[in-house]
Amino acid sequence: MTAAPTLERPLAQRAPRRTPRWQLRLSAWLPVLTTSAILLAMFITGQAVFGNFFTSRLISSLFLDNAYLIVLAVGMTYVILTGGIDLSVGAVVAFSGIFGAQLLQTGWPAFIVIPAIVVSGSLIGALIGVLVQVFEIQPFIASLAAMFLARGLAYVVSLQSIAITDPAVTWLERTRFQLGGGWFVTPTVIIAVLTVAVSVWVLQYTRFGRSVYAIGGNEQSARLMGLQVARTRIAVYVISGTCAGIAGLIFAAYTGSGYSLTGLGMELDAIAAVVIGGTILTGGSGYVIGSLFGVMVYGLIEISITYIGVDSWWTKIVVGGLLLVFVVLQRLLVARRKR
Amino acid sequence: MRTLTRHRLFWPIAALVALVVINTLSRPSFLSVTVNDGELYGSLIDILRNSAPLMLVGIGMTLVIATRGIDLSVGAIIAISGAVALSYIANSGSPESLVTVATGIGLGIGVSLVLGLWNGFLVSVIGIQPIIATLVLMLAGRGIAMLITQGQITTITSGPYDFIASGYVFGLPVPFYISVVAVVAAALLVRRTAFGVLLEAVGINPAASRLAGIKSRGIIWIVYGFSGLLAGAAGIIYSSNISAADANNAGLNVEVDAILAVVIGGTSLAGGKFMLSGTVIGVLIIQTLTATVTFLGVPPAVTPLFKAIVVIVVCLLQSPKVRQLLTKRRKPTPRAERTETVKVSAAA
Amino acid sequence: MSAPEVVVEVRDVSIEFPGVKALQHVGLSLRSGEVHSLMGENGAGKSTLIKALTGVYPVDSGTIIAHGVERDFSGTADAQAAGISTVYQEVNLCTNLTVGENVMLGHEVRGFWGINWSATHDAASIHLARLNLDVDPRSPLSAHSLAVQQLIAISRAMVINSSVLILDEPTSSLDRSEVEKLFDVMRSLRSDGVAILFVSHFLDQVYEISDRLTVLRNGELVGEYLPSELDRVSLVSKMLGREFSELESLGERVAHTERPEGVDPVLNVSGLARKGSVEPADLDLYPGEVVGLAGLLGSGRTELARALYGADRADAGRSFVNGREVRLTNPRDSVDQRIAFSSEDRRAEGIVGDLTIRENIALGVQAKRGWARPMTRQSQDELAQKYIAALNIRPANPEALIRNLSGGNQQKVLLARWLATAPQVLILDEPTRGIDVGAKAEIQKLVTQLATDGMAVLFISSELDEVVRLSQRICVLRDHRIVAEIENKEGITVDDVVALIAQGGDE
Repeated sequence: MTAAPTLERPLAQRAPRRTPRWQLRLSAWLPVLTTSAILLAMFITGQAVFGNFFTSRLISSLFLDNAYLIVLAVGMTYVILTGGIDLSVGAVVAFSGIFGAQLLQTGWPAFIVIPAIVVSGSLIGALIGVLVQVFEIQPFIASLAAMFLARGLAYVVSLQSIAITDPAVTWLERTRFQLGGGWFVTPTVIIAVLTVAVSVWVLQYTRFGRSVYAIGGNEQSARLMGLQVARTRIAVYVISGTCAGIAGLIFAAYTGSGYSLTGLGMELDAIAAVVIGGTILTGGSGYVIGSLFGVMVYGLIEISITYIGVDSWWTKIVVGGLLLVFVVLQRLLVARRKR
Repeated sequence: MRTLTRHRLFWPIAALVALVVINTLSRPSFLSVTVNDGELYGSLIDILRNSAPLMLVGIGMTLVIATRGIDLSVGAIIAISGAVALSYIANSGSPESLVTVATGIGLGIGVSLVLGLWNGFLVSVIGIQPIIATLVLMLAGRGIAMLITQGQITTITSGPYDFIASGYVFGLPVPFYISVVAVVAAALLVRRTAFGVLLEAVGINPAASRLAGIKSRGIIWIVYGFSGLLAGAAGIIYSSNISAADANNAGLNVEVDAILAVVIGGTSLAGGKFMLSGTVIGVLIIQTLTATVTFLGVPPAVTPLFKAIVVIVVCLLQSPKVRQLLTKRRKPTPRAERTETVKVSAAA
Repeated sequence: MSAPEVVVEVRDVSIEFPGVKALQHVGLSLRSGEVHSLMGENGAGKSTLIKALTGVYPVDSGTIIAHGVERDFSGTADAQAAGISTVYQEVNLCTNLTVGENVMLGHEVRGFWGINWSATHDAASIHLARLNLDVDPRSPLSAHSLAVQQLIAISRAMVINSSVLILDEPTSSLDRSEVEKLFDVMRSLRSDGVAILFVSHFLDQVYEISDRLTVLRNGELVGEYLPSELDRVSLVSKMLGREFSELESLGERVAHTERPEGVDPVLNVSGLARKGSVEPADLDLYPGEVVGLAGLLGSGRTELARALYGADRADAGRSFVNGREVRLTNPRDSVDQRIAFSSEDRRAEGIVGDLTIRENIALGVQAKRGWARPMTRQSQDELAQKYIAALNIRPANPEALIRNLSGGNQQKVLLARWLATAPQVLILDEPTRGIDVGAKAEIQKLVTQLATDGMAVLFISSELDEVVRLSQRICVLRDHRIVAEIENKEGITVDDVVALIAQGGDE
């Protein structure tokens, strides 16, 4: 370093404030660390108050009950990282569930039906992507249109709930791989965890993933840097749609049926989980792993509410309250960083 | 002709007219209005009456969107407003008393105003993005409504309360008058005072507005309060219509419909210039669309599909890209340079 | 220099936007191992030409030839693939990412498992070290000053082994030593055979570094010159398209007048400070006086004015208006004290684009009155008519949208907005930047007139001769501090001010 010529003092020294290196590097992770701290605190409090809380069985079922939401939140994370939003995912879950159930009922084999419903999610995502990127329609409205579309298609397929008896689909849910010590996973949970793992890799270790962050940070810059903005933006909506398709499969397996009225407001749960997981809604900052934590916080609130024994609507109030705490914290953090 | 199609309200009005024409063709009785006991009945009257809650919410939403905001909590506020009003009236022991009903309504709307101001506080003082600030109440609001009704669907039998949704004055339904009053009040507020222009300035360029000395905080606060207030009134109409407070379903998805109405009416979600008249037409389009679906004998389940198509078509028609294709301009103006290049074209 | 190889050639290129001929039959040759300066006033077509070269705009006619092949760029990526990379005036990086990522974005070192981050950051370090930048590649970009970010942007441009580097006003946010450093980098790149296209408004810099000059005016090519063939005066007159004598007569120097005894300052601040941008400053503004703030970009001129007005909140300091202590913590406080501030960033902080000229003019008065007390339409019309006539605003249609006006006319509308509020103190930050010569002269005249009528004016401009011509007193800023305050008497010249700006640096 010192071998470099000319200037007497390194430029970086004139930066207004000298923050230690470790602190600079860590700052992006602060929101995620906060979420994990909250998660930990919830476990500890739960254990202290109820006893028998921080157990392998509870955590295993936490994953099982929220596998679909994990997948949804992962897909939503991509979109939010680019500064967009996808309101269609709840309706896509309903549509893919009922669509799959109907196909299975008419005798289609599972190995065709499962890919078909996932792809149907991707197609709806692609529609949003094109509306947003090519026709410059705001993501909010474009995904709203897709929400109506998916919900309408679900209604067209069937207004009644259709039970799913196909062994391949029920296998996804009913199989419990015992891991010893009371830990177990189902194939649905494995799918969810795989989605998280793949997304961590995609977002952190591929150029595509870095483009997602760059677009969320500054779209104009990303374009001038020669990144593939259009392709990337359409892709994030396709990914979100695909994840919604997968979540639809998991949810159908979980409930053992397809029903066109499921998933009302599910997109809000996913958004809330992503935000609680530390991703900033304006884009460019956040991590998939945070969204996983966000979903777990969400699930733990639900469980705690049943443990306490109060009415279920308290879940909504607590989640809303926690969301509030989180956005206020983020706001303070940003304000402090700007100083 | 060209200037006509360029008018900002052309496409919304064309869509509304098209919907009415389709309905009339499929069933000519659509346009007929009958007089019964000096009260008007007919499909058009139904549309006017049923559109009242959405009209109120849509007007509030228009102003919120003009400030670059959005209010997702209106549906939850509708639920809370109905729950508060009905719980009070049901527990009062004198549901037929005018005073009781008036107090109940006052409470419901008052609570809604407070909730709207709370949204405004989060947005303008704390500085949280509107979408997330109002998402908080959207999520928590229904829980709060459940808390008020104790998870029950509170029902009442109250003549005065029923009158709000199903009464008639001078031959026209009461909700229609409420819509008109709300539209006129909003129009007076924004165009007879300087509220509208200051609001637009804040929506178009917040930084410039601040330096010009505009107190945007107060303006934003008022707008969210107003939106909450109108949603509260919508909640009263809604609960009066079914004589019950249904915390789960009251105002479900109304925020979506309201945002659609605003966008269809030609106000950009990006904020700035707004058009109350556009929103009024947007609301009527959505309400007529719902009526059309029932009218055409299409199962109501397909309504969302129709909405999807309308939204996509209207948004595409308003998208600058498609407009360019339609007007066949030779070369699209490059994005970054848009503001630069227009200046000479207008000066010339 | 024996006729170096031409790497990129622009031949007879025209670009037209609706209603504007941005470029007409322009040619440009960039040669390997040369620094080529592109000169021209604002609106001459420099940025359009650069954007054509970098694939942002498609060309209407003419050809771009890179490395002997005719190119049809359809995006930045195409241009980069052809070895052309660009650093823009506004730093086009992503502040949410780390320094290393910004340098390497799209060119990360990849291994079997995807991006190899340690190798990527190492590579970034090497590129940064080439510019002698001691920056942790893993630190977030937002933690660094604009100047450092600018140099990081240049590092990024060098990652793509470019044969052509376009620097679009890279020096505007750099201080002297940083510019030196940039020039060192440019020289070393030049000796490596890179063709550099350089755009700068600082003539000194242009003459210091350039091997060749191309001058554009109104979208047309004026000519290509060697710096040795063209002295500064001729260069400026070629850029402006008029003779230098004409330029000199553009504005007479304002005669210095002694302030009569016993006049109290209308605005007086002491110890005004804001962490990181304004060192404690004292300033008195007297009625009827123009005070100029001189200093390089980044010296704290704008920051001082903003803190004074309350656009940015000061951490310390007391303000007195007409001898009474007041709190000026936000713009509204200042407006209430009849202090007006016109921002240097006209588009982002001045105009309200979708509103009309009338509405923009009335906005200041209306903001002061509040929304509940609207101005009548008639009084708005009168106000607009009055200022359109007084300031010669074109088009003279009060219902035209302000965003469709030229820069100079937008500036006049903004002045009108403030004048309509009858301020006693007027702070003008770069009111003449980026506007045509005619409007510039009109605004200068107006400033003098306002002061004669008794207003106190604080005038900020990066054009020192403007400051010297108009001001009664000049405050010189350096490193966020007022380092000198001089009475602008006869005999004070731009050189004296430059000397004060350049002085010291070792205290």
